[in-house]
Amino acid sequence: MSFDWSVIAANWKFLILQGLLGFGQFSGGTLRLAIPAMIFGFCLGTLVGLCRLSRRAWIHYPAVLYVEFFRGVPLIMVIFWFYFLIPQVTGEHLPEYTVALVAFVIFEAAYFGEIVRAGIQSVPRGQIEAATAGGLSYPQMMTHVILPQAIRNMIPSLVTQLIVLFMDTSLASIIGMVDLTKAAQIISEREIRPFEMYLFIAVVYWICAYSMSRFSRWLEVKMSPDRAPSKRLALKKAIV
Amino acid sequence: MPSLAGIFGFQYALHWSVLWTGEYGHWILQGIETTLLLSALSWVITLCLGILFGSLRTSPYKPVRTVGSIYVEFFRNVPLLVWLFFWYFGAPQVLPADAQDWVNHHHPEFWSAVIGLSVYHGARMAEVIRAGLQSIPKTLLESSVATGLSLGQTYRLILIPIALRLIIPPVTNESLNLLKNSSLAMTIGVAELTFMTRQIETYTAKAFEALTAGTLIYLVLCLGIAALMAQVERRYRIPGLIARG
Repeated sequence: MSFDWSVIAANWKFLILQGLLGFGQFSGGTLRLAIPAMIFGFCLGTLVGLCRLSRRAWIHYPAVLYVEFFRGVPLIMVIFWFYFLIPQVTGEHLPEYTVALVAFVIFEAAYFGEIVRAGIQSVPRGQIEAATAGGLSYPQMMTHVILPQAIRNMIPSLVTQLIVLFMDTSLASIIGMVDLTKAAQIISEREIRPFEMYLFIAVVYWICAYSMSRFSRWLEVKMSPDRAPSKRLALKKAIV
Repeated sequence: MPSLAGIFGFQYALHWSVLWTGEYGHWILQGIETTLLLSALSWVITLCLGILFGSLRTSPYKPVRTVGSIYVEFFRNVPLLVWLFFWYFGAPQVLPADAQDWVNHHHPEFWSAVIGLSVYHGARMAEVIRAGLQSIPKTLLESSVATGLSLGQTYRLILIPIALRLIIPPVTNESLNLLKNSSLAMTIGVAELTFMTRQIETYTAKAFEALTAGTLIYLVLCLGIAALMAQVERRYRIPGLIARG
């Protein structure tokens, strides 16, 4: 057992530029997949969450079905489904990046949907009544009154889910998309240095995920200075 | 044979019978067995790690808390897939040659998966358990002691029963995540359900049927356990607790 850390220095361009950032000959990259997946996933998730809160059964139940289905199936299954279905439907072979992006957006929207729903439900009913009484239409009420408050309430669980999504993008390597994990796999197979390679990418993932969680804690405190000790209070109220 | 042409507009002849003819049906059953064994074993270790490090993080002593935090932050912020690769491909490299040889003869893929799943989910479970413990108001302890219960009785009769009920929903959720994430073990060659699904797909070229079978089995397992735990939750609900969905 001898370690050769120079393997990282020799391949850093491939690992970081191609693997992490996605600039290189392959379409891929952990961040290049994670960031659009976060944005589109959250947008679709908001829609799903709103549908789930709808009183109309034909809007409500499909949303429930959507959420329960995707939350009951492993992500890797969903990726395999799209990997198989997209070429069948479109009749052409799409790059792994596109397949992975579609799979992530649709899968994560189920989780984001639940977060958005919980966030909206945490806004007091009186706000809806006041907005309606003030003559706001449904879209106006949502964009100006409910969602701004709801988003503030859901920041902790939202950021946790964003971190989970960021780490989940490593699964795209299973269908061959060249992200950080796949890049490490390629190099560790070529150089036969698995210990150094996997430890290195573990550190890279760790730095990204940990800084995201620190950022969220900072954001939480910054956005709600008066709500810091609320957790324990809420449960005290709950136990009558 | 029926075809999906009318539904999706593509030509694909369905042969559901591949799922139960010959060895393929047997593969699925084997896959379910491995998935359940892997998940159950990892779940037990996850719970032990979670309870241990979760309670460490609520300790009044800072060094003890720090140990808990280091474990949680270290293992939670790296993708499970990377952990699996690390334990399976990377870790044996530091062992002496004899030990590597021994490891290679004792199902290294299965045990790497158990270690990877347990330490990763152990860190996440620790957070769930910490949140559960911290949600018990301190006054509960004080009032129990004030009514004349000993500290042991307070824990046995008041705090632990309440804590257990409060953490049932999040622990169930996290346990189901473990069950679903056990599918990642296929990447290091554990022949669990997803692995078998892929293998049937490779052998028969019947991706639609194989994926449907795998998806349905996971759905039944997850929704079944979730429904069961919802029953348990309802049965042992704390009267007067209003914060329920």
